[in-house]
Amino acid sequence: MRAFAALYDALDTTTSTSAKVAALAAHLRDAPAADAAWAVHLLAGGRLSRVAAPSELRDWLYRHAPWPEWLVEETAAAVGDTAETIALLMSAQPSAPDGGDDEDAADASLGLAAWIEQRLLPLRDCTRETREATVTHWWRSLDAERCFLVNKLMTGGLRVGVSRALVARAVAEVSGLDRAVVQHRMMGRWTPGAAAWHALVAPGDADADRSRPYPFFLASPLAAEESPADRLGDRRDWLAEWKWDGIRAQLVRRDGRTWLWTRGEELVTDRYPEVADAAATLPDGTVLDGELLAWDADGVMAFASLQRRIGRRRVSARLLAEVPVRLLAYDLLERHGTDLRNEPLAVRRRALETLLDAAPDALGVSPLLAAPDWPALAVARDDARARRVEGLMLKRVGSPYRVGRVRGDWWKWKLAPLTLDVVMLYAQPGRGRRANLYTDYTFGVRDGTALVPIAKAYSGLSNDEITRLDRWIRAHTTERFGPVRAVDAVQVFELAFEGIARSSRHKSGLALRFPRVVRRREDLGPDDADTLADARALLAGADEG
Amino acid sequence: MDARAALVRPTEHGLWCEAGGFHIDPCRPVDRALITHAHADHARPGSRHYLGAADGRALLRRRLGGDARVEGIGWGEHRRIGDVSVSFHPAGHVLGSAQVRIEHRGEVWVVSGDYKRDPDPTCRAFEPVRCDTFVTEATFALPAYVWPPARDVAADILGWWRANRDAGRPSVLFCYALGKAQRVLAELARLTDDAVYAHGAIVPLARLYRQAGVAMLPIESVDLRRRRAWDGELVIAPPGAAGTPWMRRFRGALTGFCSGWMRVRGNRRRRGYDRGFVLSDHADWPGLLATVRDTGAPRVLAMHGRDDALVRYLREQGLDAQSLATAFTGERPDATAPPG
Ligand SMILES: [Zn+2]
Ligand SMILES: [Zn+2]
Repeated sequence: MRAFAALYDALDTTTSTSAKVAALAAHLRDAPAADAAWAVHLLAGGRLSRVAAPSELRDWLYRHAPWPEWLVEETAAAVGDTAETIALLMSAQPSAPDGGDDEDAADASLGLAAWIEQRLLPLRDCTRETREATVTHWWRSLDAERCFLVNKLMTGGLRVGVSRALVARAVAEVSGLDRAVVQHRMMGRWTPGAAAWHALVAPGDADADRSRPYPFFLASPLAAEESPADRLGDRRDWLAEWKWDGIRAQLVRRDGRTWLWTRGEELVTDRYPEVADAAATLPDGTVLDGELLAWDADGVMAFASLQRRIGRRRVSARLLAEVPVRLLAYDLLERHGTDLRNEPLAVRRRALETLLDAAPDALGVSPLLAAPDWPALAVARDDARARRVEGLMLKRVGSPYRVGRVRGDWWKWKLAPLTLDVVMLYAQPGRGRRANLYTDYTFGVRDGTALVPIAKAYSGLSNDEITRLDRWIRAHTTERFGPVRAVDAVQVFELAFEGIARSSRHKSGLALRFPRVVRRREDLGPDDADTLADARALLAGADEG
Repeated sequence: MDARAALVRPTEHGLWCEAGGFHIDPCRPVDRALITHAHADHARPGSRHYLGAADGRALLRRRLGGDARVEGIGWGEHRRIGDVSVSFHPAGHVLGSAQVRIEHRGEVWVVSGDYKRDPDPTCRAFEPVRCDTFVTEATFALPAYVWPPARDVAADILGWWRANRDAGRPSVLFCYALGKAQRVLAELARLTDDAVYAHGAIVPLARLYRQAGVAMLPIESVDLRRRRAWDGELVIAPPGAAGTPWMRRFRGALTGFCSGWMRVRGNRRRRGYDRGFVLSDHADWPGLLATVRDTGAPRVLAMHGRDDALVRYLREQGLDAQSLATAFTGERPDATAPPG
C-alpha cells in the first residue's frame, strides 16, 4: 500500500504524460502480481463495490474529528473533497515521530491487494458500528497519503488523471507487448488478481479470455455547419452511413458461444436474446461492431423505445414483441478467428456484407449512402431526423480499425443541433413545483484528466427519469455547497445545443446556446464523454462556417 | 465594543491608534506610519514618516523608495509616541517582521502583523508578548492547515530538483520574492552548495538578506546570464513570472510552487504547477491557537483570511474574540452567531 500511495503521489504531482507512464511502469515492474493487477484495475477507472457511502464517511468524520462540526464543515468546503478532508484532519500528522506501534508497521508492509481483499472488501458485510470503528481506527493510524487513498477506495474510485490508454502504455512498456494488444486484453471481464496480471503481460497473443471484445474505434465530431468538402477532400475516399441513435456494441462469436458487449464494456448478451439467437448462425471467430437498435416492421424505432429494453435483464415475451432489437453491423473486426482490423475498411466492409448476406433479421448491415458528392450527402443528412438517425458517419475507405478516439478517419457529421456527451458534476433543486427535486444540472467535458464545467441545463428528461436521477443524486453526493451538490462524476448525458461560442466568463472558455439534456447515456462511462477539444472543434467549425 | 475604549481600530486609512496619533500598516498615505514588515500589502509608499524594526529597515527603504523617511527601532526598545509607549517584537514572518506592542495607561495591545511559529533561518523567531488585546492575522485559520517541518520540505525540493536534473530538465520554483525565496535558499544551503538561478526581482532582496548575515545558497541572476540551455538548473522566480514570455527560455521546465495553499490537493491542481511544496510564512492552525494562548490575551481581534472561523472557534473556547472588520461596526457577523 505504501508503494501504491507513493505511485499515486507521483501521478498526482506531475502533469507530464511521459512522467506518469514512467512512474506507473516502474511501479508495475516492482509490484507483486496481485498488487499490479489491482493498480491497473483502479487506475484504468475500475472501482471497488462500495465499502462506505460518502455520507457515512462524513458522519464519522464529524463524530471523531477533534473539532466542532461547523469547523469540520468549513474545512471540508475549503478542501473540496471528503476523502482529503479526512486525511488532513484525522491522519497521523507528518510531524509525529516515526516508528509507531506494531500494528502500524504491519499496515506498512501490507500490499494493495491485501489491503483491498483482506481489509476493505470484507468490511462491506459488517455492521455500521464495526465499519465505523474499523475505519476511524485506520484514519488515526495511517499517514495522510494512505488515509486519503483508503477513503477513496472505500467510496468508489481513484481519480488521478490517468486514462486507460495511459495505463495500457505503461503495461506495454513493462511487458514488451504491443500497446494495442494490452489495450485489447484490458477489455471485458477482468477480475484483479495475480492470475489476471500474468495473463495481461503474458507474451504472445494466445489469449485465455475468449469473450473479450476489441477496443472500440471512436468517431470525432464534425460540426454541423462544417463543409466536409473542405475538411475531407474527395467524396470517393469516404464511405457514408447513417449515424444510428442506438447503443454501440460488439458481438463476439467464438468457441460456439456469443458475447455482446456495449461500449461501456458491459456484457449484455442476456438482455438481447433475439440478437444472441441470431448470432448462433455465425461462424466461430467472428466479431462484429455495430449498433443495437429497436426495430419493428416500420424500421428503426425512437430511442425511447430502446430505453425500455436497456435496463431489463429479463425480457418478457410481450416486451420482446413490442420492442424487437437488432444489431445493425457496420464493421467486421474478426473473421475465421483472424484479426481484420488492419485491413482497409473497404475490404472489411465487403467481408461483412458477404458474411451477413443470409443472416436472420436480428443481424443486419448498416447500409451505405450512395449520394455521389458532398452536396448530395448534405441533402441526405437533412433527411436524418425523419429517418430517426442523428446524421451521417463518414469513414475513410482505406482506414484501419483504430483504437480509441483518433481523429482523421471516422467522423460523425450530425444534424444540427450540436450534441456533446457530458458528465454530470453538480445538481441543484429546481424552482417552484420542482423545488424538492434535483432538476438543474451542471455538466462537464473531459480536459486531459480533469472535468471542466461546460454547461448548466435544466432537465429535458421524463418525470420518471428525473425521480430516478434525484434518488441517485442524493445517494451519490460527494460534497455540498449550499443547495448545490457535487455528485460522483460518472453519469454521462447527451446534451443538445443550438450553438457554441467563445466566452471568457466560463472556465471552459466556451458558452453553449440553449443547452438541454437529450437523454442519459447509460451505455457510456465518464471516460467516454467528449473532451474540451471536441467542444472546441465544434467552435472552429462554427467560426469558419 | 466601545469605540472610545479601543486603542487601535480600523479606519479607511488602515489601523489607527488615536492615543498615539499613528497608523499601523496604513493602506493610504498618512502622517506617521508604524510598519510591521516590508510586504507590499503592509508597507505602502507616500506617508510622511515611517517607523519599523531596525532589522527590516533596509528592506523597507527598498520597498518605500530612497527618499522615504524610514526610522529603525531595536527589538523591545520602548518609544513614547503621543500618549502611548510603543515597542517592536519579532514576528518570525520575514526578515525584520515585527509585532507592534502598544501600552496606554496600563492597557497593552499587540498587533501581530503577519507571523509564523515555525523556525526560519532568515529571521528572528516569533516572540510571544503578554497583552490584553491581541490583534492577530488568520490567513490559514482552518484545522486542515498544518505545516510539515520546513527541513523536510527543503529535502523534498532538493529531491525534485535532482530528479529533474537527472531527466535533463530545468526546475522553476515559484516563491514570493521577499521572504519565501530567501527562506528556501537558506533551507537549501543546509543540504547542498550548488548554485541556483534567480529572477531579477529576487536578486536585490537576497543581497539585502545576505548583508543582514543570512546564509543562503549562492545565486546568479537569470537575466544577466546568456545561456542556451537551462537543463538541470534550479531557477527561483516570483509567482508573477509564471506564464510570461520570460519563462520561454526554460524549455521543458518543470514547475513548483512554495505556499501554504499547497497543503490542499485541489489548490495544487487548480494552479497547474507540476509540484506544490507546503511552505508558508504564516502561522498554521496549531500555531494560531498556540499563539493566542501564549499571549494570555482575554480579547482577540482577528483579521485576514479565515478570521470568521478563528473568531467563532475562540468564542466557543470562552474567549472574547471578534473579527476586526466587524468589531467596530456593531454588525453581528454570522461567524459569531451561536452554533446552529
Ligand atoms: Zn507578509
Ligand atoms: Zn500580509
